[in-house]
Amino acid sequence: MCSDPSTLNDLSWFVCYLTTGKHLSFYASFGTVLLLLAVTAPVALLLGFGGAMLARSRVAPLSWAGQSYISIVRGVPDIAFFLFFVIALDQAFEYVRHRVLCPDWGQAVYQGNDFVVCPAAKLPLSSAPQWEHEVYGFLLAVITFSLVFGAFAANVLHGAMRAVPRAQIETAEAYGMTQRQAFWRVLVPQMWVYALPGLSNLWMVLIKATPLLFLLGVEDIVYWARDLGGSKTPQFTDYPHGDWRMWYFLFLLVFYLAFTKVSEVLLNRLMRRLTHGQAIAGGEAQRKSALEGAA
Amino acid sequence: MTTTRLLLASALALCGSAVLAQDVVRMGTEGAYPPFNFINDQGEVDGFEVELGNELCARAQLTCQWVTNEWDSIIPNLVSGNYDTILAGMSITDERDAVIDFTQEYFPNVPSAYVALSDGVDVTGGVVAAQTNTIQAAHVAETGATLVEFATPEETVAAVRNGEADAVFADRDFLAPIVEASGGQLVYVGEPVPIGQGVGLGLRESDTELKAKFDTAIAAMKEDGSLNALLSKWFDMDAPTY
Repeated sequence: MCSDPSTLNDLSWFVCYLTTGKHLSFYASFGTVLLLLAVTAPVALLLGFGGAMLARSRVAPLSWAGQSYISIVRGVPDIAFFLFFVIALDQAFEYVRHRVLCPDWGQAVYQGNDFVVCPAAKLPLSSAPQWEHEVYGFLLAVITFSLVFGAFAANVLHGAMRAVPRAQIETAEAYGMTQRQAFWRVLVPQMWVYALPGLSNLWMVLIKATPLLFLLGVEDIVYWARDLGGSKTPQFTDYPHGDWRMWYFLFLLVFYLAFTKVSEVLLNRLMRRLTHGQAIAGGEAQRKSALEGAA
Repeated sequence: MTTTRLLLASALALCGSAVLAQDVVRMGTEGAYPPFNFINDQGEVDGFEVELGNELCARAQLTCQWVTNEWDSIIPNLVSGNYDTILAGMSITDERDAVIDFTQEYFPNVPSAYVALSDGVDVTGGVVAAQTNTIQAAHVAETGATLVEFATPEETVAAVRNGEADAVFADRDFLAPIVEASGGQLVYVGEPVPIGQGVGLGLRESDTELKAKFDTAIAAMKEDGSLNALLSKWFDMDAPTY
C-alpha cells in the first residue's frame, strides 16, 4: 500500500508516513532516552552518596577529594562538560589500552592534531559491528551524565546528612552504637526525607537535560525530530512536506510535560511515605490527622 | 571514583577478546545535506556521497561503515579517531587543510548561490543566513552583510521562509531542489558566486596510506566517466564535469 504514497488519501498517507523506517527509529529513540534515565539516576545517586560520604569524612584528603568533586563539576557549565569531556574520556580509555596492548608501537600517539592509537587499542575496534559503537557512545553518555548529576546529588545528600537532628545521633551513641553503626542505622534511614525535595528537583532537571544526548552523538528524540520535521523535497523522499519541525517539537513538549507530571505525582507519593513517623513538621501533621481520624 | 576505575578495568578486560578482523574504514558524514548526504525514508544514509563512497571502497577493496556526526564536531571527531574519513560536502579550504588532509576533489568548485523570497533583496547589505563553519559563512562575513549562522542547512532555509533572514547563502546544488519544490516562493538572487576549491574527502594527516588509496580510486572514477555519471544522477549538471 505504501509503495506509491503520492496516490494515497490523507489518512493512509499519514499511516504510511508515520511508519517509515525513519519514524520507527524515532520511536525507538524514546527507549534510548528512558534507558539513559533508568541507568543514570541510580548511578548518579550512588556517586552522590559516595561524594557526600567523602565530603563529610574526617580524613582531610578524602574530604578535599569529595568537596573538590562537588564544586568543580557543579561549577563547570554542562555544555562545556558535554562537548569536551566525552572526547577526553574516550581518548583516555584508548590511551590506557594503547599503553597496555601495544607497548612496542613505534609511533607517537599525538601526531600534530591527530590522536592515533594502535588498531588493537581502538574502543570499540573499528572492525566491531555498528551496534557496539552505538552502545559505547551510549555508555560514554551515561558516565558523563552520572558524573555531572552525581555532583549535584552529592551536594543534596551532604546537606541532608547534616539536617538530621544531632540529638538522634547522640541517642544512638548513648545506646553504645559505634560511629559506623550510628551512620548506617540512624542517620542514613532518616536523611532521605531531607534529601527528597532536592533529589526530586534534580530528577526533573535530569529529564529535561536528556536532549543533551544529541550533543554526544547519540541519535536521540531531538535528533530525529529535527531531521524528520525538516522540510523534504520530492527528489529525496516519497513523503515530501514543508517545515514540520513545530509539530515534532510540540510532540516532544507534550512527552516531556507528561513525563515530568507523572514523576511529580510519584515523587509526592514517595515523600508522603518517607515523612511517616518523622520528627518534622510533615510527620507531625500526618500523626495528628491520623489521631483525629481515630477519634 | 571507584566507578571510573571499575570501568577502566572492564574496558581493559575487553581487550582480551581483541582479535583483529579485517580492518573497517569508518566513513563519517552529516546526513543532513541532500543531495550530498541525507537520511532516507528507511532511516539509512543515502545520497551522492554515500553512493560515491561505497564505490570508492569497492575499488580500493576496503570494508566501509557509515557513521553520522554533527557538522560542528565533525573534524574534532575525525582527528580523535572516531571515524576515518569525512564525506560531507566539505569544501577544501586552507583553514581545514591545516588541521586535516584532503584527497583530490570529487566534486568541482561549483558556485554558491543566494536564495530569497523575492529577487530584489540586497544580499550585500541585508541579513544573510549560512551554516556555521562553512565557506559560505566566511564569505558572507566578508561581504558586509549581517551574517546569521545556523547549525544545520535546513535551518538556514527556514530562516528565510520565516523572515528572520533576507536571504540564504549556500551551495547552489543544495538549494536547487528546494527552490524547485517551493513552487516560486523562493528565488535565486543575483549571480552565483564561485568560492572554495571543490569538495574533497577529508582524512587525518597521519593516514597517508588511506589517502593514497582513495586518491587513486577517485582518479580512476574521473578517468572512466563513472564519477560524471554519478554527478549527473544526483545533480542538475548538463555537461560532463571531469
